[in-house]
Amino acid sequence: MSAPHVEDPTLHVSNEDPNSASNLIGNLYKRLRQGDSGMVPVVVGLLLLVTYFQIRNAAFLSSGNLVNLFVQATIFILLGMAEIWVLLLGEIDLSIGITSVLGGAVAVILVDPQFHVSWFFALPAGILVVTLIGALYGMVVVRLNVPSFIVTLAGFLAFQGVLIYVVDSQGTGGTIPVHEKVLYNLVYGNLTPLWTWILAIAGVAIMCYRIIKRDMNRRASGLVTEPLAYVITKVVLLIAVGVILAKIFDANRGTFIELRGMPFAIPIDIGVLVIGTFILTRTKAGRYINAIGGNSEAVRRAGVRVNRYRLLAFVLTGVTGGIGGLLYVSQLNGVNDGPPSTLTLYAIAAAVIGGTSLFGGRGKMIHAVVGGLIIATIYNGMALLSMSASTQYVVTGVVLLAAVTVDSVARRNSASR
Amino acid sequence: MDTTPESPNLPTSPQGPSEQSGSGVAPSSVPLLSLRGVSKNFGPVQAIQGVNLDIPDGQVTALIGDNGAGKSVLIKTISGIWPPSEGKIFWKGEEIHEHSPRSATALGIATVYQDLALCDNLDIVQNMYLGREETKFGTLDEIKMELATNQLLKDLSVSTVKSVRQLVASLSGGQRQAIAVARAVMRDSRLVILDEPTAALGVSQTRQVLELIRTLSSRGIAVLVISHNLNDVFSVADRIAVMHLGSLVSNGPISDYDTNSAVELITTGQSSRVPTTLAPSS
Ligand SMILES: Nc1ncnc2c1ncn2[C@@H]1O[C@H](COP(=O)(O)OP(=O)(O)OP(=O)(O)O)[C@@H](O)[C@H]1O
Ligand SMILES: [Mg+2]
Repeated sequence: MSAPHVEDPTLHVSNEDPNSASNLIGNLYKRLRQGDSGMVPVVVGLLLLVTYFQIRNAAFLSSGNLVNLFVQATIFILLGMAEIWVLLLGEIDLSIGITSVLGGAVAVILVDPQFHVSWFFALPAGILVVTLIGALYGMVVVRLNVPSFIVTLAGFLAFQGVLIYVVDSQGTGGTIPVHEKVLYNLVYGNLTPLWTWILAIAGVAIMCYRIIKRDMNRRASGLVTEPLAYVITKVVLLIAVGVILAKIFDANRGTFIELRGMPFAIPIDIGVLVIGTFILTRTKAGRYINAIGGNSEAVRRAGVRVNRYRLLAFVLTGVTGGIGGLLYVSQLNGVNDGPPSTLTLYAIAAAVIGGTSLFGGRGKMIHAVVGGLIIATIYNGMALLSMSASTQYVVTGVVLLAAVTVDSVARRNSASR
Repeated sequence: MDTTPESPNLPTSPQGPSEQSGSGVAPSSVPLLSLRGVSKNFGPVQAIQGVNLDIPDGQVTALIGDNGAGKSVLIKTISGIWPPSEGKIFWKGEEIHEHSPRSATALGIATVYQDLALCDNLDIVQNMYLGREETKFGTLDEIKMELATNQLLKDLSVSTVKSVRQLVASLSGGQRQAIAVARAVMRDSRLVILDEPTAALGVSQTRQVLELIRTLSSRGIAVLVISHNLNDVFSVADRIAVMHLGSLVSNGPISDYDTNSAVELITTGQSSRVPTTLAPSS
């Protein structure tokens, strides 16, 4: 063996020129049929929804409404990402919509003038509450072997009671408003236009660098690479998305006073997305969480401490959900004693619409982003068309069903090849 | 009868008809792995009982027996899948306590299970390195793992997989088996256990695996292989162990056996020509 060049033709994906246009489309079609197209169908679905709403109401794609939509999506996205950690294991958290708000409530109460705790401690404390609840679930599931469905259903009921009690015990008539700038600004504060552009350019540059570097490393090692056209397309798309987003956020969306810049919620979303994706794809822990969902006994036999990683996933659900809870109370500008009982279901829906499996072993953080955007688009668009809340529920339900059906049909085709 | 020799420094096998057992107390005379009175039951089902077996370094031990004889249960016990219901397991003369897949891996036991134990939702490289990923600065070193996987599959003549980045779910039965075998042999192990490693393999891959087994043992690695194919067994094994209805009925060097006596032992648990380790009691 001379060099690390493993140029055995049988190990290549294809011997034809992978760069020709027909092959590109052919490959894409093949991947679509095999169900590993991943996001293409849902992204197309999202674009269709956007087109529909734009035709019905030209204000839909105005920068003011889009920023609004992104902010509305934030909570679905963050809680969806929280849910994905446990969904990957084949577990579920039915309570994240309640526990996350409980964490948010703790933060709201701590920063309230009567306690006057600095946001610097109060916000992490809120996240910690949700994390500890996640750890508790994980312990019960892992040590006592109780199905997570039951444990978190019990938690859903119990913590709903705790949330009502905590809010009411403040004696403020069932509502606690946010009296603190940082917590308020999570959703309602904006980066300056300059920082918006700096962030957008830096983000796009780093991602492009990573894509190109990865491609070059693989090429240098003599490994099969994606066709160059794919790489270029990806880079171009990234730059386009970055510029469009920056322009949307940069545009003045105020009516009386000037209002520009990216809401802080957006970089928080992106930060969680990047860190979560990094853990899932680049670390052993992420590899094991994925693998456990595929065949947990195989992972155990490989000498991995399976229970440790199952517990970790529940903890990560808590951390991510805790961040979501902070944004929730920020967006509501407070917390009240009417717990949001449908929030969990939207979180699960966001993950599943995006392509995460309820049976474990398949899921990416980005799924929650696309799923959350779809839910927020329906929510936002229908409100814009003055449709009733009842219609919104029905349409969201239909979209959920459609997304999962498309996915499972694609998957069945791939299985029966 | 219930002879369970418990001397901490097991001299050697209790019966060993020839070789090895005699001479001095050379360190090499301590078998790599020894089972003493190992039993395993699942509720009322007694899967294996009172198994005494020594597995020496650098030799190929073939474990044979009919369907349901308890072969897989025995090797799973050795691999730490579950603790034995009774009996002791010694590694180089030292008793193993708290055996688990993790401790087995740490000792250098690598196993190909009959059900292969692969993760369908991971690709070949990811399965290959499951539990022992290469890392660089704390993150997964995918390129290193992919290169090594390519090379290993080439060495094993597994040339039919299109890409090592395809999901294991999309592989044929034989390809999956080849992956499982490759995974077990890729790391420096002291004992490689193969549960019917060639059952689904084609002619040339089977030849490769048999060749591989010889190579492993020539490198001083102990191999325990389960097979129903007596031709393969006689072509590759140094020792034979026969199980019948959950008991180890005979074991010794291959020269003590021929196809007829092996078949006899497999089907009836006894043979007129070969000494059995079990007094025909039950
Ligand atoms: N997990 C289990 N739970 C209950 N019974 C089991 C379990 N595993 C094996 N058994 C029983 O133990 C006995 C021995 O099974 P084992 O799998 O060891 O057979 P084997 O010798 O490997 O057979 P084969 O050649 O068919 O693979 C069988 O009667 C089987 O039903
Ligand atoms: Mg078996």
